[in-house]
Amino acid sequence: MTDPEGPERRTGGDYAPSPAARLDLFQRAGGIITPLMTALLAFLIGGFAVLVTGHNPLKVYKAIFLGTGLQWLIPGVGDRELQASNLQQTLLIVTPLILTGLAVAFAFRCGMFNIGGNGQYIVGSMSAAWFGTHFAGLSGVPHVLLAMLAAALAGAAWAGIAGVLKATVGAHEVITTIMLNWIAYWIGSWAYGLGGPLQDPAQPSVPISQDIAPSSYLHVFWGDPLLQGLHIGFFIALGALVAFWIVLNRTTLGYEVRAVGFNPEAARYGGISVRRNYFLAMAISGLFAGVAGSLDVLGWEHRLNVNDIQGFSVGFVGIAVALLGRNTAVGTFFAAVLFGALVSGTSGRHLDASIFRPDLAGNLTSIIQGLVVLFVGADLLILYLWSIRRRLGFGKRTAEEEATAT
Amino acid sequence: MSVDAVRANLRDALFEVRSVGLAGIVLGVAACWIALPPLAARSVVWPIVFALGAIGCGAYAARAGENRVGWGAIAAGFLGAVGGIAATRAGVHNLEAVFVWSALLAATLRWATPLTFAAIGGLFSERSGVVNIGLEGMMLMGAFWGIWGADKLGNWILGLAVAAIAGGLLALVHAFFSIHLRADQIVSGTAVNFLALGITGYAFIDIYGDAGTPSGISEIPDVHLGFADDTPLIGGIAQLNLMIWLSILVLVASYVFLFRTPWGLRLRSVGEHPRAADTVGINVYGVRYGAVVLSGMLAALGGAYLSMGQVHSFNQNMTVGRGFIALAALIFGKWRPFGAFGAALLFGFSTALAFQLSNVQAWESSSILFRTIPYVVTLVAVAGVIGRSIPPAAVGRPYKKQ
Repeated sequence: MTDPEGPERRTGGDYAPSPAARLDLFQRAGGIITPLMTALLAFLIGGFAVLVTGHNPLKVYKAIFLGTGLQWLIPGVGDRELQASNLQQTLLIVTPLILTGLAVAFAFRCGMFNIGGNGQYIVGSMSAAWFGTHFAGLSGVPHVLLAMLAAALAGAAWAGIAGVLKATVGAHEVITTIMLNWIAYWIGSWAYGLGGPLQDPAQPSVPISQDIAPSSYLHVFWGDPLLQGLHIGFFIALGALVAFWIVLNRTTLGYEVRAVGFNPEAARYGGISVRRNYFLAMAISGLFAGVAGSLDVLGWEHRLNVNDIQGFSVGFVGIAVALLGRNTAVGTFFAAVLFGALVSGTSGRHLDASIFRPDLAGNLTSIIQGLVVLFVGADLLILYLWSIRRRLGFGKRTAEEEATAT
Repeated sequence: MSVDAVRANLRDALFEVRSVGLAGIVLGVAACWIALPPLAARSVVWPIVFALGAIGCGAYAARAGENRVGWGAIAAGFLGAVGGIAATRAGVHNLEAVFVWSALLAATLRWATPLTFAAIGGLFSERSGVVNIGLEGMMLMGAFWGIWGADKLGNWILGLAVAAIAGGLLALVHAFFSIHLRADQIVSGTAVNFLALGITGYAFIDIYGDAGTPSGISEIPDVHLGFADDTPLIGGIAQLNLMIWLSILVLVASYVFLFRTPWGLRLRSVGEHPRAADTVGINVYGVRYGAVVLSGMLAALGGAYLSMGQVHSFNQNMTVGRGFIALAALIFGKWRPFGAFGAALLFGFSTALAFQLSNVQAWESSSILFRTIPYVVTLVAVAGVIGRSIPPAAVGRPYKKQ
């Protein structure tokens, strides 16, 4: 057998260099300024689309902002209770977005692009739903931990398939994770579909899972548990941000992962097993997405149906989150808040329909998300903007940047 | 040529390893087919005998170095045995409800057509060296703007033109970012998918609101083949949409263009070695722009067939992953026109079968699992277990002029 890590080998892995190969550029270019400019530009163009279709973009953006409940942070104005409830819903969306963002970011730091967050999220939710339904005899904490652990392992295993294929035969992770997304999508549709193995036998005509046992619910610490208050999973997501930072920056594993991400050849020369790190980084990446699925199921969904499975997009939004957040813990947090607020603020429940139709706004979210990813991907554009900033006297250009920018 | 030489040639041809492997695949299919209507053998002996033959041929071919065909035959043998044995256990009545060959054939073509358009589109883009993850979005653009054009301009031909323009414009965005700005092509393709989802959804609701697209919009017509009407087996194709036949025309034309003309050679050379192509005076950027825009137009035609030829209306995100199946078909088909078409047919068949299986109540639930086949098969193909798919050498690598 030939060595998959040998330079001569041409495989499915040659299907385009991974975007993450430009990692250093993504990391270097522009600190906090370029992500801000990227987001602003995207909102500007999105606003233009709103304007062209005959609405006032400022009013629309203001209505979306008011729907997010973020104004709760500025005390003293308006209906505090409504704002609090809106903010709870926003943070409920931010919670899984942090984790799916980390799922993309972790693989990225190892030089891989994990588009499969959605599939990993689906298998995570399904495992959490299964373990939440069964073992009803357990008391709260062990039951929750069991379900979360199962979801984490399921997500890790699902992404691990892509990791193994990358490490052993060099199959490109973008292709394999796309395929795994759709396999998870159809398996979920089968499992909870009519006559499916996990469908609730008590209601044979509804494509839905059984309800999970109350012992596996995550504790709601803010708001009314019956009205989807904010559950402690939010802190688990924040903890995951810290864990992400520590693992990447303060452990041998993280050092190796980053080394492989920067330059696999050099890492191998330095005695690091590239294959092992490809697999581990993918598995850890899937672990984050799997936990995201468990938090949603245990925190507020409490059951899954086929429409949920087919409508999940949190794994895809995670791509935009990670890219805008430059694959760092802090960046991922802020980007998750931005996109979480956008998703929540445009939802039918929060957006004032007399100003802008929520279903229009939902599509505006997709447009903005697409524009953000488009601009983040265009590192030349970023470097160009960066060079303008430098020309204005904010810093010195290196010779290397000069070369890349021209 | 002497008689002996002719005999020797004939013998070589017969025992050519590849032919043995292909025969194995045929035997594997037969193992399953023999147990299905109209033959519907009821004894498990038949599938087993055929499957053993298939595995034998496959093992011979694989040992002699024809990995893809050989392992394909072995896989076909096992799958054929499983399918065949399962069929002998199933009720004849149920089998007859599912395996209506003429209906299956027609449904296969219907499901394969959008995939064929998009996969051929992807072929142009990727053969020129630009990865196209954005096929899904380009199909969606065609699906919406096509039916919009047919509605506003009152004519399906103009609708198709609008679809092609919309898909081409989205592809132009992808092309500009990945060629001129040298953005990462996978990220750019992902972005284009989000954009198309948002743009079509936004425009759909803004223009048509809750009522959806009205009925009575000019549709792409069916083609009626009189001679096939009462012929068994092909009776189902007597009345098929024009776009289905057009997709086959596009397939052949693409093959001729890419592999039998100097322009095709230029396009492929840009995808294999852009520096060399540049050196001999080929305009690398120009070729890539042309190929990517063409890919968007073709994918959009596939999407337009969905809305204007099949469903006769538009729903948000109505392509539900067909662009990714098309990408899978392109990869599984090893970046070759007929390979991609074969894969599209295979994937179309698996979907058609899933729907036919749901006619029998007992099989309705599990039939959904057949929808995973395109993705599983592609995973196996990129894993290289049955012969690896090797992409064009320069695909995904931005080219920088010197």
